[in-house]
Amino acid sequence: MENVEKKFEIRDLDLYYGNYQALIGVGMDIYANKITALIGPSGCGKSTFLRTLNRMNDLILGVRIDGSVKFDGEDIYSRDHDLISLRRKVGMVFQKPNPFPKSIYENIVYGPRIHGEKDKSRLDFIVEKTLREVALWDEVKDRLHKPALGLSGGQQQRLCIARCLAVEPEVILMDEPTSALDPVATSKIENLLEELVKKYTIVIVTHNMQQAGRVSDYTSFFLSGKVLETDRTDVIFSNPANKKTEEYITGRFG
Amino acid sequence: MKKKLKQVLFYSAVVILTLMVIGSLTAILGFILKNGLKHINIEFLTEEPRRMGKEGGIFSIIIGTIYLTALALLIATPVGVAAAIYFTEYSAGKKWADAIRFFTEILAGIPSIIFGLFGFAFFVIFLGLGWSLLSGGLTLAIMILPTLIRATEESLKTVPMAYREGSLSLGASKLQTIIRVVIPSCLPGILTGIILGVGRAIGETAAVMLTAGSNLKLPTSLLDSTRTMSVHLYTLSSEGLSKEKTFATAALLIIIVLIINTLATFITEKYIARSR
Repeated sequence: MENVEKKFEIRDLDLYYGNYQALIGVGMDIYANKITALIGPSGCGKSTFLRTLNRMNDLILGVRIDGSVKFDGEDIYSRDHDLISLRRKVGMVFQKPNPFPKSIYENIVYGPRIHGEKDKSRLDFIVEKTLREVALWDEVKDRLHKPALGLSGGQQQRLCIARCLAVEPEVILMDEPTSALDPVATSKIENLLEELVKKYTIVIVTHNMQQAGRVSDYTSFFLSGKVLETDRTDVIFSNPANKKTEEYITGRFG
Repeated sequence: MKKKLKQVLFYSAVVILTLMVIGSLTAILGFILKNGLKHINIEFLTEEPRRMGKEGGIFSIIIGTIYLTALALLIATPVGVAAAIYFTEYSAGKKWADAIRFFTEILAGIPSIIFGLFGFAFFVIFLGLGWSLLSGGLTLAIMILPTLIRATEESLKTVPMAYREGSLSLGASKLQTIIRVVIPSCLPGILTGIILGVGRAIGETAAVMLTAGSNLKLPTSLLDSTRTMSVHLYTLSSEGLSKEKTFATAALLIIIVLIINTLATFITEKYIARSR
């Protein structure tokens, strides 16, 4: 690979839900300020893998992890690794938009407040800044204190991205962020990604082949818990090394 | 034709049964209010009882009721909500937690008089608290605890996992998530549990007599015995002291319950409108 800074280095990652092994010997690199897409058929481990990057899998009972996941060179599963700081630096946007049942303003300042920010002018600044970053400011600036749940699906998802940006992450993990949205909202978010990647590192799970091809710099193809192939997106889509990769991309299965 | 007939019959049956329910409720409320409202006046509300309740008002009794109910809530609410949080958020799925919950459900079905006897034996006699607000409050708290725990638990369960995940993924701790997202999301449900508790506490008679006594004087300390409206109503009636005051007390009790419920519904709706 190139001499680009690596945000994540994953080696020999195994993950078990009880007796079932969901991830088998997964290894790859996530490069800084690039978009890495994770593609593959349903149930092959993409989302599971994504959630190991911010340790959201810890929430599930009976989960066991072997192998190494290094963020900025440090193993995030080591005993004394700061979980709160990890989750702050590695944010997540979910498949179904999940704004809190609070106002738009309250949603965005939730993160900063959790981490100790009390100054109102600073919070106001963060709200405007992040809403502008996701191109939502003009649409909602006159109703910041209205319920977030009153927004459309696409707006809610952009709000969730803004909420994530408010804690100043370095990496944004996106788990099929547009699969619940209509095409117009989807393309707005895809355009957003092109802007965001200038400042953040993005890892996106997607079922949408075209989306992966359009948007990402690197792609990893998952099948049955393993990474069959991982390379630059243009290579994967034009000249994949693995036959199964080619079959999936051309739509022969999955 | 037969299918349509069945639908009409079913619909009519449902309507009739509903009317029966509304009718009986209206009849009871109407009867009490009709006979009692006319005897409620300023004197009734502000004066202390004289001649064992035959004359005067029920001021000290109203205060006693408020104190006792408030005390029971003050004890039961933090304990109940905390327990429910523990069962739902921290120990979900563990066998012993299920056992404790099962036990709590059993407690919910035990007749009030048993709690009264327990309260008498333990708080009044064994701990030496005597007939007092404290004995009564503690006993009532234990009685309303299962309902509170169950209502809070059910509310917590309705909060989508997505909210918790959203909060945790921003770097919040579990505790912060519970306090800042989960509980505010289901406050109406918790409030309902509290109202149910209030309803039960206000209506308890025998258990309150056994633990708080039935002193007519205005209570000034936690160790003072006091009389509540339901106890007073029972005493007036069973000892034939005053038919008018009996109905008046009953009517006032109903009005208070109506006010509490209306207030709770109003607050709940305001709250929900703010978050959706």
